[in-house]
Amino acid sequence: MTPQALVGYAIVAAMHLVGLSMLMALYRMLRGPTLPDRILALDTLFVAAIAQLMLFGMYLDTPVYFEAALIIAMLGFVGTVVLSKYVLRRDIVE
Amino acid sequence: MSWVFAILLVLLLAAGCFFILVGSLGLVKLSEFFKRLHAPTKASTLGVGCVLAASLGYHALAGTDPQPRELLITAFLFITAPISAHLMAKAALSLHMAERPPQPGTDPADDTNREAS
Repeated sequence: MTPQALVGYAIVAAMHLVGLSMLMALYRMLRGPTLPDRILALDTLFVAAIAQLMLFGMYLDTPVYFEAALIIAMLGFVGTVVLSKYVLRRDIVE
Repeated sequence: MSWVFAILLVLLLAAGCFFILVGSLGLVKLSEFFKRLHAPTKASTLGVGCVLAASLGYHALAGTDPQPRELLITAFLFITAPISAHLMAKAALSLHMAERPPQPGTDPADDTNREAS
């Protein structure tokens, strides 16, 4: 077994584990009893999607997914802030 | 890529996956929102930081992407995660005003009186 093969297996295993955690966050988002629970689950889903996308970029040996991950990070933060503001004030643009 | 760097990358990936998994498990298993808020906002952010560091090392060693651009995402996530957690806690507090715990420093006898009445 070469070092490259070891890292390849580790990347595939990591993608499975991150996918499992994305499924758990999705379960909380669909079931979540209150609205902040769903916002929190969406935020977790964004974070896990960034990790999954970087792992996919490592799996395919290409850095093109970096920009997508950066955009997901920025839009995820803005989405969380806007949803929380909506819950707080029932109004987004004040 | 030598064995030392490979094992280092595998350890980083394992730590990252462990923390992301712990964050999501806490999100599913904990009992109420303010307990659930702890797990993903801290553990998942640390986990994704580990995964991004592993990706940085992998692309630097493989020569596909020499610039450390993943540090941008790491810095952005580490800055924004506490802000979004704070805003979510404020939103939840504004929804559950009746379930707010007593403030520290107030007399606990008041609470027992309120529960009894």
